[in-house]
Formats: sequence, C-alpha cells, structure tokens
Amino acid sequence: MLNLAIHVGNTKTPEAVLFWLLAPLATLAALGMLMAKKAVHSALLLAWVMITLAIFYIAEDALFLGIVQVVVYTGAVMMLFLFILMLVGVDSSDSLVENIKGQRPAAIAAAIGVGGLLVSLIGRASLGRTAIGLVEVNSTGNVQGLAEQLFTKYVWAFEVISALLITAALGSMVLAHSQKIKSRTAQRDQSIARFRSGSLANAAGFPSSGVFARHNAVDVPALLPDGSPAPTSISGVLEARGDMIASAPFQMQPVEEEEK
Amino acid sequence: MDISNYLYLSAILFTIGAVGVVVRRNAIVVFMCVELMLNAANLAFVTFARINGNLDGQVASFFTMVVAACEVVVGLAIIVTMYRSRRSASVDDASLLKR
Repeated sequence: MLNLAIHVGNTKTPEAVLFWLLAPLATLAALGMLMAKKAVHSALLLAWVMITLAIFYIAEDALFLGIVQVVVYTGAVMMLFLFILMLVGVDSSDSLVENIKGQRPAAIAAAIGVGGLLVSLIGRASLGRTAIGLVEVNSTGNVQGLAEQLFTKYVWAFEVISALLITAALGSMVLAHSQKIKSRTAQRDQSIARFRSGSLANAAGFPSSGVFARHNAVDVPALLPDGSPAPTSISGVLEARGDMIASAPFQMQPVEEEEK
Repeated sequence: MDISNYLYLSAILFTIGAVGVVVRRNAIVVFMCVELMLNAANLAFVTFARINGNLDGQVASFFTMVVAACEVVVGLAIIVTMYRSRRSASVDDASLLKR
C-alpha cells in the first residue's frame, strides 16, 4: 500500500492556500507546454511555470533564489529562448510524423512509470525528522547566509563555476561565429563593375522609380532620356507582388503621332 | 499542508519535462523541457534545504541555475549552427550518421 504523506512538518495556512492555488496552475502550464503545437506558446507557458516556481521559492524562505529565478530564468533565459525562436522561425511547428514507431505511447507509459515511482518513493521515504525550517538560519538574512556558505564551504565550486561560465561564453561565440567566404560587395565595387560591364548605358546608375514619369510614385517606372520606360527602376518586391503598373502607358508618344 | 507536497509537485514537473524531451521534435522545445526538469530539481533542492534547516540545498540550487544558464547559451548556439546548415530546427533532421 502506498503510504502517502509522511509527516515532515506542516506549513501555515496562507502558504497552503498559495500552494493549492499555484501548483495546479503550474502543472497545467507544464502540460500545456508539452502539448502546445507552436514553440512560442510553449515558451510563454514555461515562463509562467518559472514565475510560479519563483513564488514558491520566496514562500519557502529562499528569497534570494526567488529573485534570481525571476531575473535569470524568466528574464535572461526565456528572453534568449524567444530570441532564438524569432531567429529560427516562429512558424516552425512540430512535425507530427513519428519516425520511431510507437515512440509516443512508450514514452508516456515510461513517464507514468517514472512519475509513479518518484511519487511513491517520496511518499514512503522517511527523513527521520520533522522539518526544521529556515527561521534560525535566515535570522541574519537569507542573502548573508547564502554568501557565507558560498565563500567558505563552497568557494572551490564557486571558482570552478566561474571557469565554466567563461568557457560557455567562449564556446557560444565560437559556435555562433560564421566565417565570411567572400568579401561584401561595397558601393565602390558595384561602381567599378558597372563601368567594366559590356555597355556604358548603366554607368551612371539606374534611375529611381517615378523619375520624369507623370507620377512620382514607387510603382511607376522611370522614363529614360529617350522616353522609354525603365522597368528595372521599380523594386523587385512590388513586381513579385503584382503591384506594378504596366509601363506601356507611360511611354512618351512620338511627336508625329501626336500631330495626327 | 505537508511540506512534502512541494516534492510531489517537483516530481510531477520533472516527469512532464522528461516526456517532453523524448516526445517533442523541435530542438528548441526539447531544450525548454530540459529547463523544466532542471527547475523541478531546483524546487526539490529548496524544499530539502527547508526540511533540513540549512542552506546547502539553496547553494546547490544556485549552482544549478548557473549551470543551466551556461547550458542554454551553448545549446542555443548549437541549435542556431544546426539551423544555418540545415534550415531546420527539428531533431529528426540531424541524421547525417544514419546514411
């Protein structure tokens, strides 16, 4: 038989209310993160879970960790996640094709097993003492207590973790760096290329849209000195969208035709 | 309310994160699930610190946060590099060794 709730100590009522209010919400948000099709929704739900955990930390007398949780996790880490999501493509949703057959049911079955094992272990484990609480340890302040531990007992781990931080920063810079294979074509290079190309017709540069035409609009082709329209003067994006006005009506009529 | 309820919540969140790592295909979402697992472990650490009445658990949790930050930076750099060469952030597309 599962012997749940080995008493390690009780909390006061406000904390119980807080827990029963926020714990189901955190669990729901975590489940939603698991099921959300879009990665952005997952990220927002995860941010909510992290804020909930920060509130729990503060309720559990870990004031410093609660603040750090908000600053580091919901602030820096989630921002980084959203930044990379925007970079990689927000609309990149998951493919629902299973590459390994029966992976999903097997994963869920294994998860129920692991979760059941963990919960029953916690339920049966007896720590052999009641909860002491942090009132005494935190009497000189939570931050001061943590600092004392960090710079005496754990100073070696602290130094090692600083080395890890520097290595991670260097590693990410190396990974994110991409070497340029050819040099960027600057304005000067483009000018030289125009003069060295077959004809000198375009040596002075292309006219921008609307030059000498009837309207000075972005979708109206410019008129060249001989009166013919220059379709190249219009942005290729407009052409692709089909927002371009046909250039024929803007052609300058020869003088003889007008006289007739 | 029993303090060990926090431990149950931690176990549940850890399990949900583990399922996400196995089931999801998008590398970024897989990464978020790893973060959820780390957070669940942190909650257990903080609760144990409270039960034992010393700050060692909180220091461990602090170190976990630092390591998680490093892990996110390097992991996301790897994902961006993968995306640059493959135009996809799906973990199924990184199967160069298979063929």
